[in-house]
Amino acid sequence: MSFEPKIVAFLCNWCSYAGADLAGVSRYKCAPNVMSIRLMCSGGLEPSFVLKAFKEGADGVLVCGCNLGDCHYTDGNYKTLMRMTLLKKLTEQLGIEEPRVRLQWVCASCAEDFTNAVNRITEDVRALGPYKKEKVEVESGKNT
Amino acid sequence: MSILKGKPDDDIKIGVYVCHCGHNIASTVDVEEVARRAKELGEVSVARDYVYMCSSKGQNLIRQDIMQLGINRVVVAACSPRLYEQTFQNVLRESGLNPYLLQVANIREQCAWLHEPGPLATEKANRLVKGAIKRVIHHSPIEEQSVPVFPATLVIGGGIAGIQAALEIANSQQIVYLVEREPSIGGHMAQFDKTFPTLDCSACILTPKMNEVARNPYIRLMTYSEVVEVSGYVGNFNVKVRRKARYIDEDKCVGCGICVEKCPWSTESEFDADLGVRKAVYTPFPQAIPNIPVIDKERCVYFLKGKCRACEKFCEAKAINFQQEDLFIELHVGAIIVATGYDVFDPTPISQYGYGRLPNVFTSLEFERLCSPSGPTGGQLKLADGREPKSLAVIHCVGSRDQNYNAYCSRVCCMHSLKYSHLFKEKTGGEVYQIYIDMRCTGKGYEEFYERVQGEHVRFIRGKLATITADSPDSETGEKLSLSCEDTLLGGLVNIPVDMAVLCVALEPRHDAEQVAQILRLGRSRDGFFMERHPKLDPVATMSEGIFIVGCCQGPKDIPDTVAQASAAAARALAMIVRGKMETGAITAAIDETLCSACKVCNALCPYGAIFFDEVSNVSRVNRILCKGCNVCGAACPSGAISTRNFSESQILAEIEGVLV
Ligand SMILES: Cc1cc2nc3c(=O)[nH]c(=O)nc-3n(C[C@H](O)[C@H](O)[C@H](O)COP(=O)(O)OP(=O)(O)OC[C@H]3O[C@@H](n4cnc5c(N)ncnc54)[C@H](O)[C@@H]3O)c2cc1C
Ligand code: FES
Repeated sequence: MSFEPKIVAFLCNWCSYAGADLAGVSRYKCAPNVMSIRLMCSGGLEPSFVLKAFKEGADGVLVCGCNLGDCHYTDGNYKTLMRMTLLKKLTEQLGIEEPRVRLQWVCASCAEDFTNAVNRITEDVRALGPYKKEKVEVESGKNT
Repeated sequence: MSILKGKPDDDIKIGVYVCHCGHNIASTVDVEEVARRAKELGEVSVARDYVYMCSSKGQNLIRQDIMQLGINRVVVAACSPRLYEQTFQNVLRESGLNPYLLQVANIREQCAWLHEPGPLATEKANRLVKGAIKRVIHHSPIEEQSVPVFPATLVIGGGIAGIQAALEIANSQQIVYLVEREPSIGGHMAQFDKTFPTLDCSACILTPKMNEVARNPYIRLMTYSEVVEVSGYVGNFNVKVRRKARYIDEDKCVGCGICVEKCPWSTESEFDADLGVRKAVYTPFPQAIPNIPVIDKERCVYFLKGKCRACEKFCEAKAINFQQEDLFIELHVGAIIVATGYDVFDPTPISQYGYGRLPNVFTSLEFERLCSPSGPTGGQLKLADGREPKSLAVIHCVGSRDQNYNAYCSRVCCMHSLKYSHLFKEKTGGEVYQIYIDMRCTGKGYEEFYERVQGEHVRFIRGKLATITADSPDSETGEKLSLSCEDTLLGGLVNIPVDMAVLCVALEPRHDAEQVAQILRLGRSRDGFFMERHPKLDPVATMSEGIFIVGCCQGPKDIPDTVAQASAAAARALAMIVRGKMETGAITAAIDETLCSACKVCNALCPYGAIFFDEVSNVSRVNRILCKGCNVCGAACPSGAISTRNFSESQILAEIEGVLV
């Protein structure tokens, strides 16, 4: 059987989740590999969420928030931006290849930005193959 | 707090309800299979599928299971929670279950509609449902709360927006505080001569409303005043207002104007867009409300040099008081309406248009004053040398629809440009050129007004103005300005000689918008105007509960739209007052005090100032009424002490596990 990646997406309630809903309403099609989890704001994404996803067998993680300047909590997504920069350093150190973690702004009317992001991360992760958490757990064990 | 993080109680009984949504879901996802798979999970007591879960029959299935089987956690797999979550929450509520013991799995918008029919779509639906099941185990009841609303409203800004909002509320016999920064209310509308599209005289329609404000016993008017501090929250705001010293005792002044008459010192009049003069003691315009002058400390020679006091000598009412000081007043209000309006764009930076350099180039606001009978020229159009102009060019979109300045359209300029054509023709009978990019005349009666002006022999040139220079090629006619402009309809460059040019400048956010936004904790959109809660469905509320924005502080608009918005906000404020209480959001952060390490990281991060530090207990605490549940604090807390109700770490981690394993 071909490899079907499992990807978790964290979407803020106001723009990104609405944008993803709109993609469905507009009947755009995208890869069925991404499971959305709704947060109130992308700025509320705890780093543990991303690590947990990889621990439970995700092959990739997509984080979506409002366009910069449009966060419904004024500037939550600037915090997301900073946090994701740090987090990506950490995940890379843990041996999680860069394309497996992705940040994408999706506005409430940007349905295609969402489906494009879904398709892109699915293709990238498919090309990388399954994420082998055993290997990383051993390596990260060495690191700590 | 431990209910949020603690382990779930023992006898959890989950009911799972999978919706076909007619064919909408069922044609892509094998809904029966989804229900079957759900039932295989140990925690699930009952799993059903039904053709329309949101129908009353579907809702009854859930209701019956709660009542008869003792279901105490509900998962609905259907359309987006953004659509029917509240409906299903009500089903729980009516069945005696806390509404937050529900989780919705979105298998329509974000599954069935996004994917091709087949096993992969069903597999994804299974995962989403399993995520919801694992998550709902960690749900706990959330107590909904309401706060009392203090029956008084603050309106900031006394332009037409603030006046309208204040009158609507006061006419319902509720107290309004109207705070205006200038010595008089009226705003920009008071500066205009006529108003499009009907050409009513602005003062004639505005002055009666201003007088009503002065007379209405429910309105406490504070002019020459500013809001300096706002604390509290919806229903209970504490507001600090600075009443600037007028140096005139408002209780004694009878408004006779003798002080103004006798004052020997003059300066440029802001009200006349600096084209006219006013005294150092002045009322900005004859119809000012209140009709009480102010002494401009920056210009008054007594304040500057210690000598004069002419006004004091002549004031029979003994109202002049040079010892007056700024007063700080505390107000208690339940709702706040912000109506601070706009500033006009200063075209000096577009140096090729010659504004500030060429004497016969004016801005639109200046032109309004030149046309006004109460303006610096008594309503006569005059050139710098005193002659009456024989030709006029009206330039659209100066500082609007221009990537270098403001990308947006200022919405009113096409219409007031047409108004100027008409006024110029009426006053001088001369030539008028309209240099426009697109004509946007979209309001009621606006297209008709456009047609009317087209019939008045006005020349319309479609294109963007390149330059205005002083050297006229046609010196015999005595014209002084030469406009060089692209005519995109004829194709080519045209030169137009005119006597006078008016730059229709953009409406911009107030220069102090950021300061006001900070005091009131308002967001601003990319264009700098205050941000509404929702651009379509809630254009008057803001993300700060109980604070509304009306008129041009929210974005450029004409007077009819401004008035409509002001009335809408007044209705919202009145609704709060009439009910006497407000429900506040249930999704809020909670701090586990036993884990809080007093680092205060969260205090500064909160965009609503909802977290404060309790020095006595040495822990941070959340004001649940201010909190909006974004969890920015929770994500940053190094001790893991903060958790947001219904979006807690344990809930999300369980959901992640559910969708993956
Ligand atoms: C040149 C020109 C011509 C126009 N002609 C027309 C027309 O013919 N017909 C039409 O329908 N529309 C016209 N408009 C649009 C019209 O001006 C606006 O729709 C209207 O004035 C908006 O009213 P407002 O109360 O929102 O703002 P404003 O009129 O700007 O009033 C805001 C008020 O708030 C006060 N304020 C500001 N900041 C504070 C603060 N921090 N604290 C306390 N008070 C504060 C100000 O002093 C002011 O009194 C024109 C606009 C321009 C630029
Ligand atoms: S609400 Fe979308 S990023 Fe903050």
